[in-house]
Amino acid sequence: MPVKTNRKRFKFKNYISYIVIALFLIISATLALTGYMNRSTQNLLTQIAYSIILAVSLNLVVGFLGELSLGHAGFMCVGAYLGCYLANLLHTLIPSKLAVLIISMIAGGLIAAVFGFIIGLPALRLKGDYLAIVTLAFGEIVRTIFKNQKVFGGALGLSTKKYGSTLFIVAFVVVLIMLAVVQNLVRSKHGRAITAIRDNEIAAKAMGINVTYYKLFVFIISAFFAGIAGVIYGHFTTPVLYSFFSYNYSIEILVMVVLGSMGSINGSIIAAALITYVNFLLQTKLSGDLAALKYLIYALILITIVIVNNAPGLTAIKERFSIKRFLSKITAKVYKPKYDPSKRKDDEAYWHRIPTKIQMDEVLSVDVTPDTTYTPDKREEK
Amino acid sequence: MQDKYLLETVDLGISFGGLKAVQGINLKIKKNQLYGLIGPNGAGKTTIFNLITGVYTPTTGRFFLDGEDLTGKKQEAINHKGIARTFQNIRLFNNMTVISNVMVGLHNQNEFKCNPFTSMLRLPAHFESEENMRKRAKELLAIFGLEDERNNLACNLPYGKQRKLEIARALATNPKLLLLDEPAAGMNPNETEELMNTVRFIRDNFDMTILLIEHDLKFVSGLCDEVTVLNFGTSLYTGEVDKALHDPEVVKAYIGK
Repeated sequence: MPVKTNRKRFKFKNYISYIVIALFLIISATLALTGYMNRSTQNLLTQIAYSIILAVSLNLVVGFLGELSLGHAGFMCVGAYLGCYLANLLHTLIPSKLAVLIISMIAGGLIAAVFGFIIGLPALRLKGDYLAIVTLAFGEIVRTIFKNQKVFGGALGLSTKKYGSTLFIVAFVVVLIMLAVVQNLVRSKHGRAITAIRDNEIAAKAMGINVTYYKLFVFIISAFFAGIAGVIYGHFTTPVLYSFFSYNYSIEILVMVVLGSMGSINGSIIAAALITYVNFLLQTKLSGDLAALKYLIYALILITIVIVNNAPGLTAIKERFSIKRFLSKITAKVYKPKYDPSKRKDDEAYWHRIPTKIQMDEVLSVDVTPDTTYTPDKREEK
Repeated sequence: MQDKYLLETVDLGISFGGLKAVQGINLKIKKNQLYGLIGPNGAGKTTIFNLITGVYTPTTGRFFLDGEDLTGKKQEAINHKGIARTFQNIRLFNNMTVISNVMVGLHNQNEFKCNPFTSMLRLPAHFESEENMRKRAKELLAIFGLEDERNNLACNLPYGKQRKLEIARALATNPKLLLLDEPAAGMNPNETEELMNTVRFIRDNFDMTILLIEHDLKFVSGLCDEVTVLNFGTSLYTGEVDKALHDPEVVKAYIGK
């Protein structure tokens, strides 16, 4: 009865993101449907939803597979143009708007996945900066191609049928489905294989992991969700304009991933929501001549976040006043569990701990000596 | 002819550009044998490992595992056929836990097969395979005395335990032939003694054939049935350990004249 034994392993921590988003969706949906939510908030929520999809799917490539991709907006562009073009055709055939949206999302995602496969192929040969250049070029080429196609409206953009502002409900349902798929993938043997490739490709190959297969697979899944995000974007704003899917937008998605810490899905969600919200605020509050300040303020905010995230003094303060510490203090008063290393929770991989280049240099310059003072108890004291 | 030996290499060699790194290697390793590969630095020992595991494609010669020609196959295919290895400079998956490291080793085995979509949809087959993998991984870790450390990050283990974990991970791929690249490097005499016992234990209990590279001649002479001595990419001597160490050519290669 292996299934039964596993059901015991239900970890609240693993499901917190679904629960938070599902609750949020229920509350905001009821507010919107009863008319207590204004249009601009609903628009913001749609933007947040597709940003989350983009950030989490890019995190799969950058954070888990460890390849730098700068062309994520390109996949989104493919999904947006082709999915919305299909939707325009389908509107004459199918009366239900929701059905058209769902079909076009799936179709847009699949077409983007094909492009993901094509881009994934060079990814097998190229590494690091070189792959970044290829993906960057892909993003630019794709949007230029769509710009020059008369079928897709040329430079004026592809006009789409605008959905009501309640589009955000559908978008958040897609977010939930995507989270389930991505988290299930990451927390499985396949996720382990992908992380193993990131950690040490040579060892992964020697352990019999098919690196080619997994790299392609991750690129395809990532592109699929980016395509879906593109279709949502296409139905959110009309016309679908090539200029939106620029290099800047790819970088913005990458910023979301990096700020939320690579390899952390919850981090990507929070960062995507935060950055979209900041952008939205700057766009709406700054008008007239002040609008030029948008990028300046945006940059200042990003720099501040990066400094605050990594400042050693602030990390110490954060650790001292962290909720975890506070909670553990309270629980320690109630009961004192005896430390038993064999009873620690199993197989909790530390996804967020990717060594940066600087750390790697430090590691390389230090001679490896056996740590004779190591005992498991020392970890606990910290 | 080829069926008699588990691993047989015929005139195996590779040249990088004009440099003949390794040439004319004829290894014949019987089943259940402990075989040593020794030689001075730069003799090409690790290069032979890289040839046999498919990291490099040999430019001359072929090699056979159980009579099956594996020359030119991909690394993962060769691993699947039954050759597993450890590395000279430890290559663990540092940001993963100890048990995850072993479970990556179990990844490719037929009994734990489950496709990505099964995992994504969390079908019962996924749970079954995960649970079985975890069980097997714990068993393997218990053999190496690592079961209490299974939830620590691999990079936090002390050096000796990292070596052991690497062997455990290689064993997880269920090989016929295990290649150990300097398993005793950086170990003190007690740890080396313990490792010798572990290697013998693996040979006896897993019915394993082991090919190892080692600089510690005490380790080799205490453990191996047969050795091949390499120098400048060619084999100098093949035969029993004690005779090899007294062979004048070998002594010359090691100490000089």
